[in-house]
Amino acid sequence: MSRPTIPDQVVPPPARAGGRRAAGRGVRPGRTRRGRPRGGGHAASTPHSLAGDAWRDLRRSPVFLISAAIIVVLVAMAAAPGLFTSTDPEACDLAFSRQPPSASAWFGYDLQGCDMYARTVYGARASILVGVLTTIGIAVVGSVIGMIAGYHGGWLDTLLSRVTDMFFAVPMLLGAIIVLATFPSTVQTPAWQTIGKVVLALGVLGWTTVARLMRSTVIQVKQAEYVQAARGLGAGSRRVLLRHVLPNAVAPVVVYSTIILGVFVVLEATLSFLGIGLRPPVISWGIAISEARAYIRQSPHMLLFPGAFLSVTVLAFIMLGDAVRDAFDPRLR
Amino acid sequence: MGRYVVQRLGQMVPVVIGTTFLIYALVWALPGDPFAAKCGDRPCPQRYIDRMTAEYNLDDPLPLAYLKYMGNLVTGDFGQTFTGASIADELLQRYPTTLQLTALAILVEVVIGIAAGVLAGIRRGGFLDNLVLVSTLVVVSIPVFVTGLLAQIMFGVRLGWFPVTSDGSLFSLVLPAIVLGSLSLAFVARLVRANLVENLRTDYVRTAIAKGLTRQRVIGVHTLRNSLIPVVTFVGADFGGLLGGAVVVEGIFNIPGVGNMIFRGINAHEGGTVTAAVTVLVLVFLLVNLVVDLLYAVLDPRIRHV
Amino acid sequence: MPVSPRRSVVLGTVALALALGACGGGDDSSDAAGESANTVTVRGCNPQNPFVPANTNEVCGGDILDQVFSFLISYDPDTGDMANEIAADISSDDSQVWTITLEEGWTFHDGSPVTASSFVDAWNWAALGSNATLNSYFFEPIQGYADVQGEFDPESGEYVEGSAAAETMSGLQVVDDLTFTVTLSQPESQFSLRLGYTAFAPLPQAFFDDPEAFGQHPIGTGPFQFESWEPNIDVRLTAYPDYAGDVQPSIDGAIYRIYENDDAAYNDLQADQLDIMPLLPTSALAGNTYQIDLGDRYIRRPTGVTETITFAPVSVDDRFEDPRLRQAISMAIDRQTIVDTIFSGARTPATSWSIPQVVPGAVPDTCGDFCTYNETAAQALYAQTDGIEGPIALSFNGDSDHNGWVTAVCNNITDVLGIECVPSPVVDLATFRDLITNREMGGIFRTGWQMDYPSLENFLVPLYATGASANDGDYHNQAFDDAVNEAATLGGVPGIARYLEAERMLAADMPAIPLWHRVNIAGYSTHVDNVRITVFQTVDLLSVTTTG
Repeated sequence: MSRPTIPDQVVPPPARAGGRRAAGRGVRPGRTRRGRPRGGGHAASTPHSLAGDAWRDLRRSPVFLISAAIIVVLVAMAAAPGLFTSTDPEACDLAFSRQPPSASAWFGYDLQGCDMYARTVYGARASILVGVLTTIGIAVVGSVIGMIAGYHGGWLDTLLSRVTDMFFAVPMLLGAIIVLATFPSTVQTPAWQTIGKVVLALGVLGWTTVARLMRSTVIQVKQAEYVQAARGLGAGSRRVLLRHVLPNAVAPVVVYSTIILGVFVVLEATLSFLGIGLRPPVISWGIAISEARAYIRQSPHMLLFPGAFLSVTVLAFIMLGDAVRDAFDPRLR
Repeated sequence: MGRYVVQRLGQMVPVVIGTTFLIYALVWALPGDPFAAKCGDRPCPQRYIDRMTAEYNLDDPLPLAYLKYMGNLVTGDFGQTFTGASIADELLQRYPTTLQLTALAILVEVVIGIAAGVLAGIRRGGFLDNLVLVSTLVVVSIPVFVTGLLAQIMFGVRLGWFPVTSDGSLFSLVLPAIVLGSLSLAFVARLVRANLVENLRTDYVRTAIAKGLTRQRVIGVHTLRNSLIPVVTFVGADFGGLLGGAVVVEGIFNIPGVGNMIFRGINAHEGGTVTAAVTVLVLVFLLVNLVVDLLYAVLDPRIRHV
Repeated sequence: MPVSPRRSVVLGTVALALALGACGGGDDSSDAAGESANTVTVRGCNPQNPFVPANTNEVCGGDILDQVFSFLISYDPDTGDMANEIAADISSDDSQVWTITLEEGWTFHDGSPVTASSFVDAWNWAALGSNATLNSYFFEPIQGYADVQGEFDPESGEYVEGSAAAETMSGLQVVDDLTFTVTLSQPESQFSLRLGYTAFAPLPQAFFDDPEAFGQHPIGTGPFQFESWEPNIDVRLTAYPDYAGDVQPSIDGAIYRIYENDDAAYNDLQADQLDIMPLLPTSALAGNTYQIDLGDRYIRRPTGVTETITFAPVSVDDRFEDPRLRQAISMAIDRQTIVDTIFSGARTPATSWSIPQVVPGAVPDTCGDFCTYNETAAQALYAQTDGIEGPIALSFNGDSDHNGWVTAVCNNITDVLGIECVPSPVVDLATFRDLITNREMGGIFRTGWQMDYPSLENFLVPLYATGASANDGDYHNQAFDDAVNEAATLGGVPGIARYLEAERMLAADMPAIPLWHRVNIAGYSTHVDNVRITVFQTVDLLSVTTTG
């Protein structure tokens, strides 16, 4: 399970490769570094700010609109699955085991004879929660570490960067097993805790790319005239970081996050495949997919429907990330 | 630059020590007695557990056990698996296979990725661009075990184009490499495309076109050349990732690779096996990335090492 | 076109890696079919321990050792009945002192003869405390076992030199080259039945000279000799020309190809790149797909594995003290439907704790109505009890394929009895077994038993006798203990009757719910014929023939 990397100690060229994630996506840091400074209040109010331009572009982009619409539907599904189906996903009858789609069950039945459509709809919550929460988690942790390393520089930078290297080296699987085994579930464990554990398992080793990304952009932004000016005017470190550095360095992380979110949903499925992901009674697409694995030939519908939902979700988030990136890239306008 | 290399190499030492400790400690922290499962559904004889525990220093405090382990490692003794097999032998057997698989996968993603990226980048927003976008992303959004199993059944069992599982030959690694490489395809294609689009707008390309050079030559020689720099960096990073991250593909195609070794080691709570395998992985990874960083500067004079 | 520096770098790196790979990849595993047309390939797996009989207790290593070794007795692949193999005669007047005579003419693969001391020395080595073998408990019934145990330092866990009262068990005596006696600490009528288990193999002098080398290259007495072992790739065996058994193998050798993954092996089998797969994966069993893929090239065979659900000991979880409650839960499980849908016929519903299809003397229905799905009876019985408070966990080890049936059983319990049953995976077998052994696992949990040898005693005593090693539910019933102890001394038909009596007592107390017995479904390629699978789920290589 690879994690993204960014080679350090290289003064970047105008364009530089960014990180990547296990399933092979990443983002290019520094896309906005030539953009005008944003944030800090003064830039945002300008009528032709980058953000303003980007938003105008986005509203006109079909890719953005389609992906945003899909995400809205998925979020609604996660929030209120009852709106989409009246079937109880827990009502299963072995007599219906693995029956193909029919008029009474649009998506067919799974191994236990549960309604696949209901399971798929109810599965959205856990899958999307895992994706969103893990992404938020690694974005926050990674950003803080990367920002401190990049802004402070010197020994603290070396220390934090090397620690990042170490975490990068630990196999995701090992980390995941440790987390899942350290906090074993009991019968009373509520579903949110089970999900929380998977989030922790994925996030504990997942932040390294964000940290590298943030560090490299912060190093550049730090040199910018407006940051130097702010420092020269006597602004405190915290103020400079929060009002000037962060707003200008956060874009690559935001873009990276939209892409990585989909990857986490896939990773959750892969963890379930390896037997350490989400577990029943939690319903998730990953569990459904890993259960369907043995029946690909006999009952492809068991794989097809949760798989399609997963793919569409991932695609929607990736396209959203893509559209956002394009809109925020000053060199593409 | 010499100083830079020495500095980077020097920094590897604490990283490797830190990593080995971290991993050793993590495997250590796995709950459950590693020998409790050796007798299936019945408890093992206590004598056996005691002997194995003593043999693998599992009853020492963690720092001591780690020091003993590292002491052996430094003298070239990688220790034994619980099976009694030499870990060093296993590493020697598995790393070549893994390196072959990784190299093939890289080849796949580089060749196909660049081709797709160029096709997409020549006309941004065109049909080909969108086709490449969607198709590479679809590949990424399907879990790898699904693509792997389907590819195996389709091209191995049904069509018989490729061996179903690995038989040790390079050819039998081609299909798994394609599956593995397809994961990074999207990224390489996106990288090439984006850089190509930018570079096509630069002054020197405009000059070249104005001079009357053919479009092929402009793209092939002038633009692509500059657009490949990020790809080289990416490949360096990917190399490390693929080395250990191929557990699922290795399982499906029965490839005796490192990913599988690490996975089994974790399941069997074999701290020594996991640590040794990952340490080599980290070394390869750090070295490859150092080389990439250096090449980077050699290739593009604008980059300097500080 | 000149090669750009960048491209040459990428290609160079790739070429370097390929070259590095090529140097080390010095394996000679060529075609799956093997070098000789008369060699078969069998699905193998990585052995968990060195190839030493006393330390091999799992199928991956056991598969190989059972081909490389012959034992005093053998079990008929079809019926499980015992027959003398190396032994010419095994007899006892009182079931306590056994005289074992060997057949003449048996040799080890290194040419040395098999003598009485080959057995006596091997068993003494296995029982010796300082060797701390996995299978040492098989020798526990032999007189003098306790004297050779010695002590382990509780601090370091290391063996205290010289702490054992004796180096050899007093119960083993060599009479002459081909005769030895075994004295047990108490009478056991079924003692001879267990002598075909891997742990009782004879060992040549070469083993005692260098046990470690032996573990990498075992020397046995069986129909096949060990040729090579390449970890993660294969184990190669060739027919032993001087094999002294009655039936000679018709194949020249066998290659156990090692697979980490069942589906990979099955896909090879379909493509005729693997000859024999003793256990087909779920993906092939579902919907009887294997019959479409393989035609009639499959075998169904009952084996000596039974699966149960055990109730946590009262000391850990006191909610299940009432036997009626346990019986009600048992009756709520629709075994037949689960066997059909989840297992696709790879199990038979259990109505007894032992396996009548495999074990001589065992009978079905010792559990009777309590193991038959009956919704109304289950509810009626449950209504007589105080009921169960709170959800109950059905725990299993999450690293194996148990999720399907556990969920189905839980759904049954919840639907029929209205108790909330929650499938509870534990991360891996090590952690799972640890929780059970340390008596920290509450609720109910899956247990399985793979017989060591086909005997009623093996399905009852280690599992349900008071204080027995695998008595995970701390079952205690004096009448049961007395019955099995008496059965051990009786022997013959009266002994079996007494064992069955003991087994029927389990129905009244229901310490563990019998679920089903495993049925092996094996497949083979077009290259081979006459494939037979033993009750131990291994391939009977003596009967296999090749078609080409």
